[in-house]
Amino acid sequence: MRKFLVTCALVLFAALAANPAAADPVEDILTGFASSKYDDIEKSIDALAASGDAAAPAILDALSAGDLQVSSDKKLYIKGDDGSLKEARSGADATGEIPPGLKAVKVNNRVRRAIDAAMGQLTLLSPDPAKRLSAAASQFHAPDPAQLPAVESAIAKESDPAVKRAFEQARAAIILVKSDAPDADKIAAIGLLAARGDEDAKSLLDAATASGSPAVADAARGALKGIERSLAWWSAAQNVYYGLSLGSVLLLAAIGLAITFGVMGVINMAHGEMVMLGAYTTYVVQQAVMVAAPGLTDYALVLAVPAAFLVSGAAGIAIERSIIRFLYGRPLETLLATFGLSLVLQQAMRSIFGPTNLQVDNPSWMSGSMDLGGLAITYNRFWIILFAVAIFALLTLVLRKTALGLQMRAVTQNRRMAASMGIRTGWVDSLTFGLGSGVAGIAGVALSQIDNVSPNLGQSYIIDSFMVVVFGGVGNLWGTLVGAMSLGVANKLLEPVAGAVLGKIVVLVLLVLFIQRRPRGLFPVKGRAVES
Amino acid sequence: MKIGKTKLALAAGLAMGLGTASASAEDTIKVGILHSLSGTMAISETTLKDVMLMLIDEQNKKGGLLGKKLEAVVVDPASNWPLFAEKAKQLLEVDKVAATFGCWTSVSRKSVLPVFEHDNGILFYPVQYEGEESSRNVFYTGAAPNQQAIPAVDYLMNEEGVKRWVLEGTDYVYPRTTNKILEAYLKLKGVPAEDIMVNYTPFGFSDWQTEVGNIKKFGSAGKKTAVVSTVNGDANVPFYKELGNQGVKATDIPVVAFSVGEEELAGLDTKPLVGHLAAWNYFMSVDAPENKAFIDEWHKFTKNDKRTTNDPMEAHYIGFNMWVKAVEKAGTIDPDAVIDAMIGVSVPNLTGGYSAMMPNHHITKPVLIGEIQADGQLDTVWQTSGLVPGDEWSDYLDGSKDLISDWRAPLSCGNFNTKTGKCGGETVATQ
Repeated sequence: MRKFLVTCALVLFAALAANPAAADPVEDILTGFASSKYDDIEKSIDALAASGDAAAPAILDALSAGDLQVSSDKKLYIKGDDGSLKEARSGADATGEIPPGLKAVKVNNRVRRAIDAAMGQLTLLSPDPAKRLSAAASQFHAPDPAQLPAVESAIAKESDPAVKRAFEQARAAIILVKSDAPDADKIAAIGLLAARGDEDAKSLLDAATASGSPAVADAARGALKGIERSLAWWSAAQNVYYGLSLGSVLLLAAIGLAITFGVMGVINMAHGEMVMLGAYTTYVVQQAVMVAAPGLTDYALVLAVPAAFLVSGAAGIAIERSIIRFLYGRPLETLLATFGLSLVLQQAMRSIFGPTNLQVDNPSWMSGSMDLGGLAITYNRFWIILFAVAIFALLTLVLRKTALGLQMRAVTQNRRMAASMGIRTGWVDSLTFGLGSGVAGIAGVALSQIDNVSPNLGQSYIIDSFMVVVFGGVGNLWGTLVGAMSLGVANKLLEPVAGAVLGKIVVLVLLVLFIQRRPRGLFPVKGRAVES
Repeated sequence: MKIGKTKLALAAGLAMGLGTASASAEDTIKVGILHSLSGTMAISETTLKDVMLMLIDEQNKKGGLLGKKLEAVVVDPASNWPLFAEKAKQLLEVDKVAATFGCWTSVSRKSVLPVFEHDNGILFYPVQYEGEESSRNVFYTGAAPNQQAIPAVDYLMNEEGVKRWVLEGTDYVYPRTTNKILEAYLKLKGVPAEDIMVNYTPFGFSDWQTEVGNIKKFGSAGKKTAVVSTVNGDANVPFYKELGNQGVKATDIPVVAFSVGEEELAGLDTKPLVGHLAAWNYFMSVDAPENKAFIDEWHKFTKNDKRTTNDPMEAHYIGFNMWVKAVEKAGTIDPDAVIDAMIGVSVPNLTGGYSAMMPNHHITKPVLIGEIQADGQLDTVWQTSGLVPGDEWSDYLDGSKDLISDWRAPLSCGNFNTKTGKCGGETVATQ
């Protein structure tokens, strides 16, 4: 009976015509949404999907977005983004007064699952390939033997090869759970799922090994072995990718310090607060763009990069001029002064912006993830890796190829000689410190995408930053790169085995042992500068 | 002496961040507020300081207490656990406060506990915690595990049909004890050990890729999986961002959190998180006249109509009103009289009912399960039919299930062992 209903529904839906004769039962179903019980709402969803009414996809879409409203006389309306009301069934604008007692239909996870399943049935034949693809996915994740004919007819009509493959996998999943499917079909389905080779396929095959038919169970076991082997490889690759991603975050946090501490030798405990300033600048820029040009909100982050560089750089120059230049050559006092400064900056931010976290949105191009083979690559982490590498390359260029870079290296290698050559060493000191701080600010832009924007943001990165710079070799940018990446990868390879807490301890112990053996780090700077 | 000078500068810098106790006036009743206003916990605790100031201000507008004005004494323990004990000593011995409202983390409460017991002070502790404690000098207005964790697990089991469990927590006493209780409870309910995964991360953890990846893997075994999160503080924002980005949807693997409220969600884009759950005894979205009045007052007091309210704020609201009522009942601020008068006091809570102080110094509360909405609010999807009294000694842990606490006259004991019939029964080490 249900099969028949669904087929009818599909035919009706394909015709995209609301049959006036069927209007009454659908109206009846719709009144079910006025209930405050999730059970009733769930039932209404199933009934609406089975009715195949042309308005059903729009109503279910609105329901899952929380835009479906019901008035006290059980009429349904869809609220638009601009606050306009449309009658849910007809799609016509609601005229006259706002209906009394209008409130949103309640949704919970169970209702959302019902919506997903219903949409999977309703959009099998949608003209939009993306919708068909997600329909196929939802059929795959919740295989329902009653849907087999619908999926088969969808396969027959499908022209897009990617969508067709998704439908075929959905069909395979359904056949595997269907108890009365012939063995030959099931074994073919197992072959198809083995080719898919991911965790979802694995769990379906796991279930199939308990099949009553020995042939099917054997085929499933064989397929599982292959999948498990390839999954192990992918999982190792995934851990390395996580490590590179963590490494790039460490690199970003440490690279500014590699200049202020590595090149200039200033123990700057307020480095983390420069990162924090960058993150707060990102927040301010994003808010400003949201007000001034809402259409450009996605690109606020791009604008925030130079802004954060300028703000943190200016703060760095001010700190250098007002405090640090009086303390050159006195590392202990520099450490205490900059530590005090970091507390002052944190409290200042707390007073201005409040103690709570600020919301910096991920732009749409940094949200979500993609699958690359068996790797899940999240866009925000992916962009941060690219960003870190770009910043590193740019900084190397500045130090190697520009006049400023040349003067910086000259001053740090031999201050008196540089001064004799006519270089204004005080001025170069300020600019170097400003550059290091500015780069820290840029790191803040990236970190605002993955971490809290709160006054404590910098504090959590300062230890890691020093660790990276010392491990890589003080005064060597390449050392910082290699140091950050190796610490990141080591951490992430240990984490699945030892857990996050123990993993970090193991890395720290190894680091201490390494520094014992090689106090100057991975890539020590050689030459006269070291002696002084 | 040059170093000395820098140190002075540093000390001055430190002092800038600290609140100072206000000067004492005659004829006032002093109320201590012991919440971190700087450091990692400032994010959560500053709001509680503000809500206390508002409640004291309101009470003064109503004419004060026993004919005297209330005076708030604010100190800043700066998220530094030993400093909590020092500041508590200052409140009790120098400022001589009548009652103190404070602490957030269990470590800070454990650190001030001996001080309050030694000086016979009164502490109101407003945050949900792991239980396994009952002190004569402390009133626990937050939830005990049976008022939050156990009902949440029941909800997932019955409503969502969850069969596989990930217990994800920050590595300190509250998550470890809560997870121990939950593990014992789940096993009692017949969940096999291989269907429970326990994982801990450090405070302030920000790289959740591996953990979320593991949760996805654990959840793809064909059985309905849920995550019970006791992740605390700053680590939550990156955790939820990673969940959103890796596409862990609430319809597939719901995450129920015990430490995430409206305040924490304010720093997040909640659209990818719609449907994930939180278990508390109060939500800002609760439709009750008391709650509406409280929110209005709060917005007026902070001059910001975007400020959120949360569960620990309600706990302070209840605790403060209970204290006022007990002092009125006792007619004095003498701690012994007030402590005795507290038991049995009942005041309105913000969810439209009454909360009463039990003889074990815990209160009765309703338990609400809410789903995260796109606007950052939590919408109640389930609640207990009645009030749940707080149970300090868990019934699911060996060594603790035989203990009860009753601070009324003849017994007057925080850990009475019903098996041996002795007070000071075996206490449970909570790491």
